Amino acid sequence: MSFEWPWQYSFPPFFTLQPNVDTRQKQLAAWCSLALSYCRHHKLYTLDVMEAQESPVFNNKKIERKLSMEAIQVVFEELRKKGNLDWLDKNKSRCLVMWRRPEEWGKLIHQWVSKIGMVNSVFTLYELSNGDDTEGEEFHGLEDWMLLRSLQALQADGKAEIITMDDGKGVKFF
Amino acid sequence: SCHWTSTHRLIWRDVKNHECCIAMPLSQILLFEEQAAGIGKSAKIVIHLQATPANKEPGPYQHSKYSFIKLSFKEHGQIEFYRRLTEEMTRKRWENTPASQPIPIGTGSQAGRTRAVGIVGIERKIEEKRKETDKNISEAFEDLSKLMVKAKEMVELSRSIANKIKDKQFGLRSYLLSMGIADPVTRETHGSGTHYHMQLAKQLDDMLQAPLEERGGMMALTEVYCLVNRARGMELLSPEDLVNACKMFESLKLPLRLRVFDSGVMVVQLQSHSEEEMIASALDNVSDKGSLTAEEFAKLLGLSVLLSKERLLLAEKMGHLCRDDSVEGLRFYPNLF
Repeated sequence: MSFEWPWQYSFPPFFTLQPNVDTRQKQLAAWCSLALSYCRHHKLYTLDVMEAQESPVFNNKKIERKLSMEAIQVVFEELRKKGNLDWLDKNKSRCLVMWRRPEEWGKLIHQWVSKIGMVNSVFTLYELSNGDDTEGEEFHGLEDWMLLRSLQALQADGKAEIITMDDGKGVKFF
Repeated sequence: SCHWTSTHRLIWRDVKNHECCIAMPLSQILLFEEQAAGIGKSAKIVIHLQATPANKEPGPYQHSKYSFIKLSFKEHGQIEFYRRLTEEMTRKRWENTPASQPIPIGTGSQAGRTRAVGIVGIERKIEEKRKETDKNISEAFEDLSKLMVKAKEMVELSRSIANKIKDKQFGLRSYLLSMGIADPVTRETHGSGTHYHMQLAKQLDDMLQAPLEERGGMMALTEVYCLVNRARGMELLSPEDLVNACKMFESLKLPLRLRVFDSGVMVVQLQSHSEEEMIASALDNVSDKGSLTAEEFAKLLGLSVLLSKERLLLAEKMGHLCRDDSVEGLRFYPNLF
């Protein structure tokens, strides 16, 4: 299924950071939504800022418009404030994109565990992300760092406990 | 050639080329003697010299195998010279005081002399240029004074015509005003200060109604300034006076307003001029064409680019338009966000 671009993507002003505050808020909301859905569609979990400027998300060659570096940083900052982005380095050159926030992932995983009636059992992380049983689930193939954060979120909520075992980590759900 | 001696030096000067000089410190002289003239030989004075000092100044020769020089006196002067030299050698005044006066022609460093000439030359050039400029300006003003005299005659003529036309004919009067016939409110007739500005404000109201109508109810203050001063001809308004007069529109309950945009641009607008209408029409125009630049909008409305841009910016501020800023320029779109 090919990615569907939102109407704003073909609207030239979308690529200019709007000076009117109200207009800008709407613009940024649209950008955040677009960036996240693009990453979700392509299962991208990290973004490099330099590469981002040339990626189709921020660069619409058809209308010959692209978001300036300054504007991209503004969009990223907006995503960070909403909890969808984390910087990997101090220079803000690479970031983790959480098109689904850890809490949301945690909820999905817990729901599945409940559904198959395996609460109080211990799973390895590998089992969760790559096990045969989880195939078809949305969190199948989830990258380790993301999975860990999601479980940590559950843990903070009292719904799980992360256990350190000899050959890695495991988790018990409550 | 010509020799003479100062208290410190023995100097030889070329009679033809006065700028050619050789000098030798007297302290170099060991002893000297006369040599009488003979047949075919002129009288001479032979001067025996000490060894070359290390700080010898450059001269005709750096080294010589001879330790003496001979001064030749072709005509006369030998006796006088010998006497003088003796006197100086006895007194040895150079041991007490350093050589003070430079030789009149100046055998001082070549560089120094050239420098003096250079600066003097430049100063002279600057002075000449200044005189020339002065002359040009005076000539130009001559023409201007003649022009002013003519202008004064024209204003007198127009004034007498204007007086014959009744005030009732509003349209005709304002056209005459724009052609340069007026009864200018001047500081002389009305003094300076608020009273003056009040009268000025009233005159402006009179003068600007028609032009404002023509231009959609708004004019940049600079346009007003030009229009008004062109009409006055003499007794021109200063920008300050214009602004101060405009500031009085509201308090005098005149149907004009002075307005300042965010960008700092000042305009005079008819009070009846409606903001909403202006913004709505801007939105209409932009929607109609899909998008517009300030220049395109100006052309569409027949307004100056400056005022057109202000309108678009205002509509953007109100949230009706949004902008597309790219290498192609600044373009405004309806705000679809």
